Amino acid sequence: MMGEKIGVYVCHCGSNIAGKVDVEEVARWAADLTNVEVSRHYEFMCSSLGQELVENDIQEKGLTRVVVAACSPHMHERTFRGACARAGLNPYLFEMANVREHDSWIHDEPVQATNKAKALVSAAVHRVTYHEPLEPMQAKINPATLVVGGGVAGIQAALEIAEAGYPVYLVEREPSIGGHMAQLDKTFPTLDCSACILTPKMFDAGNHPNITLLSYSEVEGVDGYVGNFTVTIRKKARFVNEELCTGCGICTEKCPKRVIDGVFEAGLGYRKAIYRPFPQAVPKYPVIDAESCIYFERGKCKACQMFCPTEAIDFEQEDGIVTVEVGNVILATGYDLFDTRKIPQYGYGRLANVFTSLEFERMVNAAGPTAGSIVLRDGVTTPGSVAIVHCVGSRDKNYHEYCSKICCMYSLKFAHLVHERLPGTEVYNFYIDMRTPGKGYEEFYHRLLEEGTHFIRGRVAEITDAVRRPGEEGKIIVQAEDTLMGAQRRIPVDMVILSPAIQARHDASHVAHLFGISCSHDNWLIEKHPKLDPVATMTDGIFIAGCVQGPKDIPDSVAQGAAAAARVLGLITQGEVELEPVRAIIDEERCSGCRICNNMCPYHAIDFIEDPGVSRVNPALCKGCGTCVAACPSGVVTGAHFSNEQIMAEIEGILVSLDGKEPIPEVEALTA
Amino acid sequence: MSEKDNFEPVIVGFLCNWCSYRAADLAGTSRIKMPPNVRDIRVMCTGRLDPVFVLKALREGADGVLVMGCHPGQCHYVEGNYKTMRRMALLKRTLRQFGLEDERVRLEWASAAEGPKFAATVTQMTETIRELGPLNWKQLLGGNGHFRPVLEPELEEVAA
Repeated sequence: MMGEKIGVYVCHCGSNIAGKVDVEEVARWAADLTNVEVSRHYEFMCSSLGQELVENDIQEKGLTRVVVAACSPHMHERTFRGACARAGLNPYLFEMANVREHDSWIHDEPVQATNKAKALVSAAVHRVTYHEPLEPMQAKINPATLVVGGGVAGIQAALEIAEAGYPVYLVEREPSIGGHMAQLDKTFPTLDCSACILTPKMFDAGNHPNITLLSYSEVEGVDGYVGNFTVTIRKKARFVNEELCTGCGICTEKCPKRVIDGVFEAGLGYRKAIYRPFPQAVPKYPVIDAESCIYFERGKCKACQMFCPTEAIDFEQEDGIVTVEVGNVILATGYDLFDTRKIPQYGYGRLANVFTSLEFERMVNAAGPTAGSIVLRDGVTTPGSVAIVHCVGSRDKNYHEYCSKICCMYSLKFAHLVHERLPGTEVYNFYIDMRTPGKGYEEFYHRLLEEGTHFIRGRVAEITDAVRRPGEEGKIIVQAEDTLMGAQRRIPVDMVILSPAIQARHDASHVAHLFGISCSHDNWLIEKHPKLDPVATMTDGIFIAGCVQGPKDIPDSVAQGAAAAARVLGLITQGEVELEPVRAIIDEERCSGCRICNNMCPYHAIDFIEDPGVSRVNPALCKGCGTCVAACPSGVVTGAHFSNEQIMAEIEGILVSLDGKEPIPEVEALTA
Repeated sequence: MSEKDNFEPVIVGFLCNWCSYRAADLAGTSRIKMPPNVRDIRVMCTGRLDPVFVLKALREGADGVLVMGCHPGQCHYVEGNYKTMRRMALLKRTLRQFGLEDERVRLEWASAAEGPKFAATVTQMTETIRELGPLNWKQLLGGNGHFRPVLEPELEEVAA
C-alpha cells in the first residue's frame, strides 16, 4: 500500500469539465496527496493522445496506480483500463473519479465545483491505493439463444440467428407467433398488406431447422449469467397432441361453442372454443380454451375429439415444463394498447360507434370479422362521416407523457382506407401536432391532404351524443378547440376511431425482474445506452428489441430485432467472454461457519461445506453484489474490488478537509 | 453572520451501481442543477452497504449520509435493497440512541430513469442538513468512542 506511485489525470473534456472546474488547480492540489507521483491535466483524456499520456507515465515513471478524473465510469472506465493494460499495468489498479456527470454538469458555482472535484479525486486516490490486481474470469458462450416474444421483432431476431447456423428457442405466449403485426391490415406508408409480408417470415420461423418454436408458452425462471443461462419455460396445455395433429381444422369447424375473440379480433369477432387465432397461424395446431370449452365446463361434448381424424385431441394433457440452456436472451415482448375506457369523456364502451384503432384495423382487414367492410356497430350501416382522434392517452400528463410515435401515421392510414373504401365519406383527423418522421411518411401526409381529409389541430375535449344544435341528432359529436382557427368546434359524425397510445406490457416489470434488467418509470425496458447501445441491457447476455424498449414502428422493430441478433452472433462467434472479477471470496481459515451469508445470497452461490465447517462461494454463480460481505459478522468475506479497506479509504478520501480546517484526529479504527 | 449561516453541509452519498448511480449520471447528462454538498461513493448494490460505512462517514466529518438504491422489487441483485432497508432501520435506532437526529441518515430510491428525483432528493437532503447544522460527532461520542449524552445546561452544572 505505502510506496505506491499514483498517477492522477484530470480531464478538461473540452469545456464540459474545465468550464466549471478549475482543472489546473485540481491537478496541482492532487500532486500533494499521499503517494501521488505525477498529476496532470489534459484536454481530452479519452483521446488516443490522452491515453498515451497514461501509458507513457506507467512505463517511464513506473506508476503502480492510475486515477483519471473525467466522466462517469459507465462511460470510459473500460477505455482507461485498456490503456493501463496496454502499458503492462493490471487494469483493476485503476480508478475513475466522476467530475463531469456528478460535478461540472450539475453545479453552477465554479469554486464549489472545484472543491467537490478535489474531494472526488482524493477519494479515488485513497481508494486506488488499496486496489488489488484482479484477473477477469472467462465464461464459455452457449451457442443457443432464447428469443422471448414472437412478434415481428422476435421473428426477425430468431431468423437472423438461425440463418447464421445457431439454434434458437422462440417462446411465444399466444397460440401463434405473429404478434400485433398479424392483426393489421395495411402497413403505412407503402400500404403493403401486412399479412402478405409477415406470413412468409412466420412460416420460415416455424419451419426453420434451427428454430425450436415454443408457442403457447411462458418463461417461468431464469438462472445463470452471460453465456450460461438456464431457462425454465411453462408450455401451457393445448389439449392437442402436436405430433398427431395435421392442422386440418375439422375440430374448429365441429366445435359447438362460439366465444368473443378478445385477443386477435379485438372483441369484434368470434372464435370457437378450440381455435387457431387466424388461418395462417404458426404453428398450425389449434388450442382448446379450457375456460370456455363445454367439456371442461360440464364434462361432456367432446365433439372435437369425435371428429378428429388423427385422434390428436387430448383432454388429459397437462402443462409441461421445458428447461433449456442458452447463452444469450433477446426480449421482444412488445406492447399493450392504452385502455381507452380510462378517458371516459371519449365515450368508448358507452357510445356504440366509438371504436379503437385495433378494432378498426380488424374491421378493414379482408380476413376480419366484417370481411373488410367499414360499418357501424350494427354491422350493416356504412358511416357517412368518420372522426379519427390522435394522441388518446399519449402526450397527456394524466396518462402517458411520451409521444407514442406511430399513431399519427396509422391514423393517416385509416383516413386513407376510409377514402378508398367509402368514397365521398368525410374524414376528420383531430391532431395535436402531425408527427411524420420517416422515409416516405411526410409524403403520405401530403397525399392525405390531397385526398381531402379535414385536419383539425386541437385535442378533443369530449365525444358525446348529447345534441345541442340542429343537425346533431343521431350523430356522435366530437368537440374540440381548433387551435388554428381559435374557435370551439362541434363536428357531428357517424363513427369515431380513437388512436390509443402504445404502452408497456402490463407485466413488463415482472419480465424485467425475471431477467434481471430494469424498466423506466413508464415500464419500458432500459437499454444500455439510449444512443450508442440501444439493444443491449445492463445485464450481459440479455438484449431487447422492438416495442419492449419504447414505441416503435415496424421498420424500427425489424431493425432492432436484426441488431440484437447481430450482437448475439458476435458473442457466439467469440466463443468466450470475460466476466468482471467483482466476486465475493471467503477466507476459510477465519470463517466460523455461522452460515449467515448462506441465506443472504440471492443466487444461492454460497454453500456450506460440512467437512471443514466453513462456507464457500461458487464464483460462477456469484454476481458480486456484496450483500454477504456486509453481513459477515466476522468480516471474513471480501468483496473483490469493493473490499472494506477500499471503501473505508474512499470514505476517508472523500471527506478530505478542503477549507484548511484541522482534520479530525485519528481515534481507533471503526473497521469491523 | 452566525456559524449556521456559513454552514455548508458535507454529505456522503452511497449510490448503487445500477439504479441510483445511473440516476445521478442521468441528472448530469440532463444538466439538472443541484447543490454540491453530496459527494458520491459507488457500491455495486446498497446490500453491500455495511452500516459501519455510515458510522465511518459520520465520524470522518460528514454531516449526513444519503443512501440510494433501486426501488423495492427492482434491485439488480433481486433483493439487496430489502436487506439494506432492515440494516438501516437497525442502524438508525442505534444512531438515535447516540443522540443523532433521524434526518441525518436517509435511505431513498431512484431508478436509472429518475434523474430529476435524484436531484430533488439531493436538494432536499442538503436543505435538511443545513437546517440541522453541523454534526458534532466528537461532542456526541466524547472522542474516546464512548457514548456521552448531550446534557441540558442545568444538568451539566449538576454533573460538574
